[in-house]
Amino acid sequence: MRLAVTIGLLLAFGAIKLPIERQLAIEHRQFHFDGTALNLELREKLGQLGFVAAFSGFRSIVADILFIQAHVAWERTEWGRVLFLFRQVTTLQPRATLFWDMAAWHMAWNASVAAINDKSQPRQALRIKAQREYFALGKDFLERGIKNNPDRPQLYESLARLYKEKYNDHEHASEFFARAAALPGAPSYDRRFSAYELSYCEGREQEAYQRLRRLYDEGERERLPTLIARLKFLEDKLGVAKERRVPATGP
Amino acid sequence: MNSEEIIGIRHRAFSPSRILAITSNTLTDLTRQKAFHVLLIFALLLIGSSVFLARFTFQQEFQILKDISLGAMSIFSSLLAIVATARLIPQDVEDRTVYAILAKPVPRFEYLLGKLTGVLLLLASSIGLMTTMFLLVLAAREHSALQETARQFAHAPREQLEDSLRAVRASAFNIDFLPGIAVIFLKSSLLAALTLFVSTFATTNIFTIVVMAFIYLIGHLQATAREFWLQENAPTWMTRLFLALVALLFPDLQAFNLVDDVVAGAVIPFTLFIKTAELGLFYTTIYTLLATFAFYGKEL
Repeated sequence: MRLAVTIGLLLAFGAIKLPIERQLAIEHRQFHFDGTALNLELREKLGQLGFVAAFSGFRSIVADILFIQAHVAWERTEWGRVLFLFRQVTTLQPRATLFWDMAAWHMAWNASVAAINDKSQPRQALRIKAQREYFALGKDFLERGIKNNPDRPQLYESLARLYKEKYNDHEHASEFFARAAALPGAPSYDRRFSAYELSYCEGREQEAYQRLRRLYDEGERERLPTLIARLKFLEDKLGVAKERRVPATGP
Repeated sequence: MNSEEIIGIRHRAFSPSRILAITSNTLTDLTRQKAFHVLLIFALLLIGSSVFLARFTFQQEFQILKDISLGAMSIFSSLLAIVATARLIPQDVEDRTVYAILAKPVPRFEYLLGKLTGVLLLLASSIGLMTTMFLLVLAAREHSALQETARQFAHAPREQLEDSLRAVRASAFNIDFLPGIAVIFLKSSLLAALTLFVSTFATTNIFTIVVMAFIYLIGHLQATAREFWLQENAPTWMTRLFLALVALLFPDLQAFNLVDDVVAGAVIPFTLFIKTAELGLFYTTIYTLLATFAFYGKEL
């Protein structure tokens, strides 16, 4: 009798707690907690044991172990394994910008260089194709990282660097440096870098000049050699009147 | 002794001093257990050893150090809550201590509350010790990373040096660790209360530990079962019934895993922390009351 009453009480308590738990879970998701989706894809990625461990309160530790394995795979230049492991790591810890950033760096900088210098592939066209595929993988990691962390500047900055250094796409680089600069906690150079990148874009020289000039007018702190060099370049290109030009080596 | 004095010391229905006596005895007894020492030393070693990790960049080192330390705190406090609580009642029955206590005018509720409070104090002191160790290790690594960065950027412009030092500090200590650690304590408290409830009808502590290990695993998947059930995705009524039972009977332990995201830089809003804390206290209270109800029916 007492057992039946106890079970009844437990079920009644369950009915009371259910809406509270559900509401709390919604709020957790709103604030980017519990961002890891439990699904078959993750189950296949992690294996039985890793899956159970990841969802028993050891998610961050499992992610670290996989990250260290990825580091070892990188030292052995096993690029396929690096990609596989980083996909697991970023799935488990989508709020850790470091993991997205490292994954993108390995793909777009390290694996892509290995692909273009691959001695076992005699055809250059195929080496270039492989290199571009690694750029795209790096870009994909950063874009997904930004989707999971839209409020942090680090990944916007990394994506800007990728556009600048790997795609030679100064317009997108400028855009992402600007987006990073607009977020709290962004380094002060992001604003400057955005203007530098814009100064390389054909047809946007006037806008770039105005932004660089604004930075220059902010004072000594912003008057760095690259900023002055880019300003001089744009002054020449836009034919700015001599009296409005900045001094060659600062004030 | 005259009649006035006898009236003065008459039995009170609820006595904090009686609970305190049981609590202090429980705490003393638990701190003498080898299992407690082994678990605590192992946790402290794990946290302490994270300072000797292979050399990565400082961001990677901090990430791993925080993950390992907070993960160790979460695992060992949960383990300690289950192992320490599981043996309380069976041990007292075996030693016949429970008969000596309950033969006196001590209500069973006070006995259980005293026992549980003893475990909670043990958990609080263990988590406090692990937190101190973690903060010391983190401060030591932060100090060396700051020195290293200052040396590397000695000839760089001041702005770059400040940006780099700020990046090191931002990667190290985060004030949100503290509510995260408080939530670890709440999770272990509810596990202790739940273990106490299970142990009221269990005959051995091994049975209690095994049952709690299953509850621990299922509790972390309860949220998934609940959402699946409430969204009516289950294909058959049997599956729906099973999911409903899981959702109703088990606690949602995933709600208390905030440290995973705190380590990754997430901020715990105050309202969210309060709501999580309220849920933890709610669970702990209900499981304690259920344990009391079951314990009153237990033949001793």
